Amino acid sequence: MAEITGSGPAGGVGNVRADYLALVRRRRIYSGLLLVVFVLLFVGGFRIVEDRNAGGLLNGLPQILDYPAGLLSEAWARRDRLPGHIATHFRALLETVNIALVSTLLGSLAGTVLALFSTRGLAPWPRLIPLFRRLSDLFRAVPEIVIALVLIFVLGGGPVPAMIAIAIHTAGAQGKLFSEVNENADLRPVEGLASVGAAWSQRMWLGIFPQVLPNYFSYGLLRLEVNVRASAILGFVGAGGIGYELRNAMTWGPGRFDEAASVFLLLFVTIVVVDQISSSTRAHLTGGRRP
Amino acid sequence: MLLSVENVTRVFGTNRAVDNVSFALDRPVFLGIIGRSGAGKSTLLRMINRLTDASAGRILFEGTDVLALKGAAARAWQSQCAMIFQQFNLVPRLDVVSNVLHGTLNRRSTLATVFSLWPRADIHRAIDILERLGIAEQAPKRAEALSGGQQQRVAIARALMQDPKVILADEPIASLDPMNAQVVMDTLRRIHDEDGRTVIANLHTLDTARRYCDRVIGMRAGRIVFDGTPEQLTTGVARDIYGADASFSEHATSTAIEDLPDRAAAYA
Repeated sequence: MAEITGSGPAGGVGNVRADYLALVRRRRIYSGLLLVVFVLLFVGGFRIVEDRNAGGLLNGLPQILDYPAGLLSEAWARRDRLPGHIATHFRALLETVNIALVSTLLGSLAGTVLALFSTRGLAPWPRLIPLFRRLSDLFRAVPEIVIALVLIFVLGGGPVPAMIAIAIHTAGAQGKLFSEVNENADLRPVEGLASVGAAWSQRMWLGIFPQVLPNYFSYGLLRLEVNVRASAILGFVGAGGIGYELRNAMTWGPGRFDEAASVFLLLFVTIVVVDQISSSTRAHLTGGRRP
Repeated sequence: MLLSVENVTRVFGTNRAVDNVSFALDRPVFLGIIGRSGAGKSTLLRMINRLTDASAGRILFEGTDVLALKGAAARAWQSQCAMIFQQFNLVPRLDVVSNVLHGTLNRRSTLATVFSLWPRADIHRAIDILERLGIAEQAPKRAEALSGGQQQRVAIARALMQDPKVILADEPIASLDPMNAQVVMDTLRRIHDEDGRTVIANLHTLDTARRYCDRVIGMRAGRIVFDGTPEQLTTGVARDIYGADASFSEHATSTAIEDLPDRAAAYA
C-alpha cells in the first residue's frame, strides 16, 4: 500500500491497475491449479476403487435393479395380502416413531445445554468451552449403531437401548448446530439484561432463547426426520420397532417379499409424512421472521 | 416523459405501505424523497428497482412499464436502475474491485462469474471509477476492511459500473458520520451534474434535502403530501410532512457541521 499512496496522483492509477491485474493473474493461476488437482484426484480415486472392487461399477450397474424388481413383482402378485401385513406391522411402526420422538426430545434438550456451554460469549465457564465442544464431538462421532450394540449387550434387546443411543448422538449433533445458531445471536439484549443484574440462566432465558428457539425448533424437526430413519435401522440389530420386522422379512428372502414390501411401504409413507410436516412447519417458522 | 410513476400502490397485509403514488420526471433531476420512518419511501424505491413487487399501478420509464417486466427483462431493467442502500450491501469478504465489477453481472454468464473471469477492460474501468471517487488506493482490500463512508463510495462505484440511467439511493447517508455523509452526497450530486443521470434519494435530514435536491417529494403514511422545490420546503410544510407539532425544530437534531446561528440566518 505504501508505494501506491507514496507515488504521485498521475502514476497512482497506473500502479493500482498493474498491482490489481497481477493479483488477478495470481488468483487465476491458483484456482486453475486447484481445478486440475481436483480433477486428477477424482479420476485417480475412481480408478483405484474400480481396481479394488471385485465386480466393478460398470459390470454391476445392470444388476442394481434385480432386488427391487424381484421384491416388487412378488409383492404385486400377492397385493391382496398387503393391507393385512400393514395392519400387523403398524404397532412396530408406532414403536419406531416413539423411539425417534423421545430421543429427539431428550437429545435436543441435552444439546441445548451443551450448546450454551460451548458458545463463546454465552458460556458461564469460558475456560471449559473446549471440554464441552469435545464432549459433543464425541457424542456425535460414535455411530448410533455402536452405542446401541453396546447397550443391547448390557440391557438386552428392546426400544430403550435404541432410544438412549439415538439420544446421545442427537445431543452431540444438536450441541454443534445449536451452538452455531447461538453464535449468530445478537448479544446486545444479553448485555442489556446483564446491566440490570440478571443471573446467567435469566440472561439466557430472556435474552437468547427468544432469538434462537425458532431455529432450534427447525433443527429439531430436521433431526426428527433423521431419527425416524435411524431408529428403523437400529431395529436391524435387535432394538425393536419396524426395522426388526424388516430384517425378519428380508432374511426369509423370496417367498416373504410381500411382507418386506409392506414394511418398506410403511417406512416410506412415514418418512414422507414426517418430512412434509417438518418442512412446512419450518418454512412457516423461518418465513414468519421476515422484517 | 423520462420516468412516470402512476397510481402505484403496495399493500402489506392490511397496511398500505405505498398508497396511490403518482409523480413524473421529464428530464434527469436530483429528486429527494423525505418523510418519517415507515412513510413508504423505501418501499417506493424498491418497487422502482423491482426488488419489491407493486400491488397496483404502473411505472413507465421511457415509455416501458417496468412493473410488467419479467425474468431477464426485469433484470435488464435493474441493471439500468442502480440501487444504493443504507447499509451499503456489499459482499464483505470480496475485494473492492470485485465488488465494483459486480455492477456488470447482468452482462456476465454464471460460469464466468464462478471463475471470476472479468474482462481486463472492465477491471480498468472499475479502477478508474474508484479513482474518480477518490478511493483507488483501497482497490485490493476486502470491502469489510473499509470505513462506512468508503464502503458507501464503493457501493456508488458499483452503481456507476452499471452505467445506469437512474440511481436510486435509499437513505445513503443514514449510517454515516457528518463528514462522510457530505462526501457521499457531494459524490451523488457530482454524478448527477457531470453524467446527467437521474438520482432519486430517500433522505432523512431536511437540510440535506434542501442543499442537494432540485425537487423534493414529501411522503406521509404512504401518500405524497408535498411535491415542490427545496425553497418551498418551509418549516411549516416540514411539520406537515412529519406530522409534528409546533415544538418540532429540525435544528435540534441537525447533522450539519456549521454552528446554529449561521444556519438560522441561512434559512430565515
